[in-house]
Amino acid sequence: MPFRIAQIRLVSSHPEVYEPCDDSFALVDALLADRINLVKHQPALCMEVGCGSGYVITSLALILESGSVGAQYLATDINPHAVRVTQETLEAHGVHAELISTNIASGLEQRLTGMIDVMVVNPPYVPTPEDEVGCEGIVSAWAGGENGRSVIDKILPIADNLLSEKGWLYMVTLAANSPLQICLKMREKGYASRIVLQRSTEEESLHIIKFWRDADI
Amino acid sequence: MRLLTHNMLSSNMKGVSNGFPLRIEVEKVVEKQVDFNPDFLKNMFSKVHWKALADASRIMGYAELPEEADRSMLDSDDFLRKFHHALLELHLEEGALVCPETGRRFPVNKGIPNMLLHEDEV
Ligand SMILES: C[S@@+](CC[C@H](N)C(=O)[O-])C[C@H]1O[C@@H](n2cnc3c(N)ncnc32)[C@H](O)[C@@H]1O
Repeated sequence: MPFRIAQIRLVSSHPEVYEPCDDSFALVDALLADRINLVKHQPALCMEVGCGSGYVITSLALILESGSVGAQYLATDINPHAVRVTQETLEAHGVHAELISTNIASGLEQRLTGMIDVMVVNPPYVPTPEDEVGCEGIVSAWAGGENGRSVIDKILPIADNLLSEKGWLYMVTLAANSPLQICLKMREKGYASRIVLQRSTEEESLHIIKFWRDADI
Repeated sequence: MRLLTHNMLSSNMKGVSNGFPLRIEVEKVVEKQVDFNPDFLKNMFSKVHWKALADASRIMGYAELPEEADRSMLDSDDFLRKFHHALLELHLEEGALVCPETGRRFPVNKGIPNMLLHEDEV
């Protein structure tokens, strides 16, 4: 079966919700580049933290469905407008994900421990003053605090808790976030990592990193 | 919101020691057909809190799940179909999830639970 990703004309929008941008496209391109591995991986539960417009989780669902993977999907966002827009985007593409308005994975951390086989995150990664982090509305879509790491550094331990033994995490980072240092930090938790895709746009240099548990680390 | 999600959610209120399962307040339930996938169900069985699922499905108007279940039942197609229906096809469209300890209500609108806390609740 030919594979599809989300179509921009079917992606819903709202003035306070992050529209698919270079970072979103880079993350989906990384998933496409790893498509064969993802299908072989046979994930049961997949999750996106910070789903925004729904472009990424919709694309992930379409990519896996075209590989006949019968997975279930879950997506969260701290912006309630975003989860609603994501729901419209999913529906327009005929796929489903369970949506929750919450801070990262709050409310899920107890019962969902060790269950997520694939997690995708395009976090707010832009270096900003700390007080812009987690503001209402669109600012929280990019505001990443010092070095753009405030939200990333909160997400990583939660991802570690939620990922299954075979779980994979794909995350967008910016050069300013010190991707190598993030990889070292995850290494201490037993994760190997690989840069699946690197892309420089006029404004930013993006790295999409994939993490997985490695017994030899 | 599917009952799979309900089964994975706990109250995240400050100071709550056992926030699971959240009590369901039903305003509107909808049923949506989902492809039957026995492998997924077998995989999920050990992770699902059975009593929470059976109770939740009853509140949502579906009383076909047994009170208790064990792995041997996974060989029965009839059991798997009921498990499938309860876990994936019943949606809480409108209503609320209620913290069992504090009574804090987490609204569910258009099928989406809102677990966001106020500053003094974190
Ligand atoms: C850079 S945007 C990415 C949106 C979408 N995934 C994409 O790739 O186009 C970051 C998203 O994370 C959300 N977000 C920010 N902080 C969050 C938090 N603490 N918990 C959950 N979501 C958060 C924002 O609301 C925003 O939708």
